[in-house]
Amino acid sequence: MTTIQSVAGELEPHPDVALVERVRGGDVSAYDTLVRKYERQIFRISQHITQNREDAEDVMQDAFLKAYEKLDQFQGNSKFYTWLVRIAVNESLMRLRKRRTGKMVSIDEDLETEEGTVPRDLADWAPDPEQNYNQAELAEILRKTIQGLPQGFRVVFALRDVEGLSTEETAETLGLSIPAVKSRLLRARLQLRERLSRYFRRKTGAKETGPGEMGRGEMRVEK
Amino acid sequence: MTCTEFLALLDDLIDDSISAEMRAELEQHLHKCGHCEVVFNTTRKTIEIYRSHEIYDMPTGLRERLHAAIMARCKNGC
Repeated sequence: MTTIQSVAGELEPHPDVALVERVRGGDVSAYDTLVRKYERQIFRISQHITQNREDAEDVMQDAFLKAYEKLDQFQGNSKFYTWLVRIAVNESLMRLRKRRTGKMVSIDEDLETEEGTVPRDLADWAPDPEQNYNQAELAEILRKTIQGLPQGFRVVFALRDVEGLSTEETAETLGLSIPAVKSRLLRARLQLRERLSRYFRRKTGAKETGPGEMGRGEMRVEK
Repeated sequence: MTCTEFLALLDDLIDDSISAEMRAELEQHLHKCGHCEVVFNTTRKTIEIYRSHEIYDMPTGLRERLHAAIMARCKNGC
């Protein structure tokens, strides 16, 4: 079974391992392959954390350069990609610190909010809500919405849901416990959902069916 | 099952990391509770939308600049 093979890691090594070996042997073109494979993800992650295009460009460059220089320290017991993401996250946080001189920056700030723990907007969305907006409008809505999340939620959502890291990899990358990642992810998802409802809810008058089940009772949620 | 209990397991349902028995219980709740059904569907849609739309375009020329920077390091070090 393929899953068992990849877990064992012996029968089917990750293709990045061979590329890393080639780079270590002096083949720079193999590093270009790794850059092309992950540049978009690293740029996106840097944008999500720094919220600044120039900073994200610098972080992407610095992260790939640092990874190149430190390649000998890469142990191979984690994936090259998650190792690279960890470098990019650290570079992004360093960049933020430089911008806000004197102020400590961590992924733990602004987490006191209770927003999003209880769903309030319970209106259903239009069947394909994205289609009510053109691509540029939609991208703007999605950017604005995710930028409004507290840093510590945004970065967990970005790594886990957008970039597809596992809960364990996200925890390891951010230096958080698994329960912390899980609780932040739930709150990030619920907050984003709540905020997107404003744009995506089914317009009144365009209802295809009556309120049906929706009319029955309130959501019973204790805080 | 109450809505609070459902919400506590919402992520596990979305990520499909629950037992078949628990899934059946959650689905039973969904069947009866329109509000939780909306929260479940729209949360799933939220993730799907963020996954399928590129919201930060990579600047043109960035890859070339990075390549040049790596080549420069390489000449110095390898």
